[in-house]
Amino acid sequence: MIYSKAVMDHFYNPRNVGSIENADGVGEVGNAKCGDIMKMYLKIENEIITEVKFNTFGCGAAIATSSMATEMIKGKSIEEALKLTNRAVAEALDGLPSAKMHCSVLAEEAVKSAIADYYRKNGQEPPPMARLAECCCHACEQSAEN
Amino acid sequence: MFAYVDNAATTPVGKAALESMTECLQQVYGNPSSIHSQGQEAAQLMGKARETVGNCLGARPEEIYFTSGGTEADNWAIKTAALLGARKNKKHLISTAFEHHAVLHSLRLWEKQGYSLTLLNVHGDGLVRPEELASAIREDTALVSVMYANNEIGTVQPVAEIGTICRERGVLFHTDAVQAVGHLPIDAQEQKIDLLSLSAHKFHGPKGVGALYCRKGIPLDIFMEGGAQERGKRAGTENIPGIAGMAAALKEACANMTEDNKKVSALRDKLIQAMTRIPRSRLNGHPTRRLPGIANFCFSGIEGEGLLLHLDQHGICASSGSACTSGSLDPSHVLLAIGLPHEEAHGSLRISLSALNTEAEVEHIIAMLPGLIEKLRSMSPVWQKIRQNEGS
Repeated sequence: MIYSKAVMDHFYNPRNVGSIENADGVGEVGNAKCGDIMKMYLKIENEIITEVKFNTFGCGAAIATSSMATEMIKGKSIEEALKLTNRAVAEALDGLPSAKMHCSVLAEEAVKSAIADYYRKNGQEPPPMARLAECCCHACEQSAEN
Repeated sequence: MFAYVDNAATTPVGKAALESMTECLQQVYGNPSSIHSQGQEAAQLMGKARETVGNCLGARPEEIYFTSGGTEADNWAIKTAALLGARKNKKHLISTAFEHHAVLHSLRLWEKQGYSLTLLNVHGDGLVRPEELASAIREDTALVSVMYANNEIGTVQPVAEIGTICRERGVLFHTDAVQAVGHLPIDAQEQKIDLLSLSAHKFHGPKGVGALYCRKGIPLDIFMEGGAQERGKRAGTENIPGIAGMAAALKEACANMTEDNKKVSALRDKLIQAMTRIPRSRLNGHPTRRLPGIANFCFSGIEGEGLLLHLDQHGICASSGSACTSGSLDPSHVLLAIGLPHEEAHGSLRISLSALNTEAEVEHIIAMLPGLIEKLRSMSPVWQKIRQNEGS
């Protein structure tokens, strides 16, 4: 198997799947052309993430990293959640194949995108840490060239 | 239940091949280039294998060259045609957009050397139109390379028609028949094929061995420098056990072809019927002009790898396209060539059957798949959008 046991566990039994109605923050990253889309929903009370759900279209690693990222930010403050790195998600899953590292980037971005949305909903400018990196997938680069 | 349905990637070695290989490894260990009896026994065995392979292709034994597999045969055939063309100042190559990478990448290499390349449209049904080929051929066309049957979607090309056009126009015709040999009746002479590639492990032979058919009269290029093996065209001590296994497997496949195809295509059709009942699913490639064993589907809103992992957990070994490209994140070039959008092409599933598969296995797949697709769709934002658009 190309994936670790932890990846397979989170793929077969993904945690926090679903959506939240009237979520305080919603983020969607990736695109179907590249083969990965993550959508993350946050419920935030007093700057604490009390509930988090996700929906993902993508490979095994995309689903597992989404699941792991939701577990890692649940119950955390916004400040802590913004510190979540793709590397930390990958490490928590006992590593990812190098071709799949972009999935962990997407998971980090999904969290940031949902938090940025929370700030905007409250009429505030998202902090710099919630800014997204450029999409790293090959298909986007190709379509940008064309 | 366990079901291996990735036979287009590779097949388990059959009994006939295994027995002949074991015997060969234990008893016929001589070098066929040696003059003593042990060596000559190996040479004889190799001669018989060449005859067997030739017989199955409607070719003479001297037109068969043993290789390390289909990829080598493809590289060799294209190199031969390209160099022959250059001698006559013919530097135009024709192929299709959905060839195996062994062909496509070889052609690209020659393109970098100054050759021009035309890739024929394979249309939505995955079939080349002979009239389009006829109008693509130019004065300087050196080669037409069109695969016999596609490895991902299984469509079978009008090979005899293509061969006739090429022969009339004086252009060499190569076909990558890796998926077809042992599965479809082939007559290189009648179908006017000049060069043909095959690989043993696609018809229950061993891996690491294949062959190139090169019609008599075509000066085959030297692929490997060294000793005088393969009439001086491919040096290196021959893979005698592999060659023996390949011949035994091919002989068996050709002898049982009619019977096996009847069984396998019935299983395939049962699967196609059930899969196409799943909402927003599609069968890729022409509905009937296809290999007995290959069926390729797309399911909107899901990604292929996730489905494969779930299937594997239920004992089902399938593929989401060519195994050679699974290291890549790009969707299948074959599905893009037949006009599928990227997002659909990501959600493909290839089921490739052999005569070893049973009705019970196919029923197991039919029972498991809809639920697994539903599971993945239920967490897919793409699927949710599709449903919303349907509802609105």
